[in-house]
Amino acid sequence: MSLSAVVITGIGVVSPLGNSYEALIKDLFQGHSGIAELPSLRAVGGLRSRLAATVNNVEAKQIPRKNRRSMSDMSVYAYLASLQALAMAEFPQEQLACGELGVSIGSTLGSTATSEGFFKDYFQDYSLERMKSGLFFQLMGHSCSANVAQSLGITGRVMALSAACATSCQAIGYAYEQIAFGKQQAILCGGADELHPLTVATFDVLHAASTAWNDCPDQAPGPFDQRRDGVICGEGSGILLLESRPHAIARGARILAEVVGFATTSDTSSIANPDVGAMERCMRLALTDAGLTPADIDYINAHATGTGQGDIAEAEAIRAIFSDSAPVSSLKGHLGHTMAASGAIELAASLGMMQQQRLVATRNLLEIDERCRGIAHLQHNEERQVSTILKNNFAMGGINCTIIIRRHTGD
Amino acid sequence: MTEQEVIELIDSSLAEEFELERDAMTPEANIYEDLGLDSLDTVDMVIVLEGAFKFKIREEEAVRGIRTLGDIHRFVLSKMDQKP
Repeated sequence: MSLSAVVITGIGVVSPLGNSYEALIKDLFQGHSGIAELPSLRAVGGLRSRLAATVNNVEAKQIPRKNRRSMSDMSVYAYLASLQALAMAEFPQEQLACGELGVSIGSTLGSTATSEGFFKDYFQDYSLERMKSGLFFQLMGHSCSANVAQSLGITGRVMALSAACATSCQAIGYAYEQIAFGKQQAILCGGADELHPLTVATFDVLHAASTAWNDCPDQAPGPFDQRRDGVICGEGSGILLLESRPHAIARGARILAEVVGFATTSDTSSIANPDVGAMERCMRLALTDAGLTPADIDYINAHATGTGQGDIAEAEAIRAIFSDSAPVSSLKGHLGHTMAASGAIELAASLGMMQQQRLVATRNLLEIDERCRGIAHLQHNEERQVSTILKNNFAMGGINCTIIIRRHTGD
Repeated sequence: MTEQEVIELIDSSLAEEFELERDAMTPEANIYEDLGLDSLDTVDMVIVLEGAFKFKIREEEAVRGIRTLGDIHRFVLSKMDQKP
């Protein structure tokens, strides 16, 4: 059977660098950072990391109450980003409920803040009498996807992948495969997460969160820098509207890019630590899926989060395949690590680079770690012809994920 | 509490929980058709009233018969009369 080509026609972003695709791209090119000290983290005993990249100026009340009551922050972000993606794609309102549009938006967990609120009350007297009706809908694993589908009246497949930091990369990849296979004509896909002290603590307890730059967030070294000392956690949502190319063309949609390759693999060497060979295998599988060679890749958007081991392993894996042939940058120095949203937000940003034919450098990458050398680090924004982009995400649990997008030529 | 204070506490609690316009909250207003509540909201309405008035009403048959805001006023006032 012949598989359908899959294209991107809409993008929605709620991020630490603004709540639209346009704001994100503008801030990235200007080298801005969404990272700041989060005062509330000071109150958490034993937590050493106090930096975070939070979302600001979200007007949740614009969402009708009956839709909003079952949403925690992550679903609010996902809903607003979904609206943006549909609007950018000029997706016909009457097709939302045609059954050919699906939703696949994942998160790391259900809402931890909602869970905390419930148990704080519950532990007073172990009574469930004060438990409100919306609680479960914020705690369930498919909260974002279900809330978006319910609120927008989308009647196709509803899926909720959960793979920590690789969540949205997987969501986009699996959406690409389902559309290619003809199971849906379009899928709103991506991820969302909301910041909670537990997010930061998860990395802090593993000595993988940044702790040395609490008092000077703007100076926090970027990924691959030898002074880096860990992840800075963030939040937000990134949503892409993927469509089969014939569907997009038939309705006269503006095609932003084509998804051409995807791979996801399990790294069983450790549930927490990265393995160079496993990362390399994932990227090679994605290249094979796309029918491309390493020489075809014009830019690599790295997962690189600023951890000691992760950045080195990814640099080694990239070096093994690409040497210094393709420019590499990570956006975690601008955005922090937006967790389940990071794959989609950073892929959206990469698409922005493709549209502008200009690459965003890794922020605050001043002194490259010796062990991360041998690849073409972008330390300054660079004008460049970019047609094909490879994006990585590597997650706790041993989940590796690579996606490849290509400029749409109309051929 | 006076009767008026009870009614005010009911209305303000429900207005806050369900983001209702106070002008629409007349005793005759049907809580479903006029105020837009649904079955999930009625679960939360009971919790809100229990929290505001420190009584237990979840198992009361009369709750199921509530249709208007005035029904809520009368129900709560009758419960307040029963309080020791």
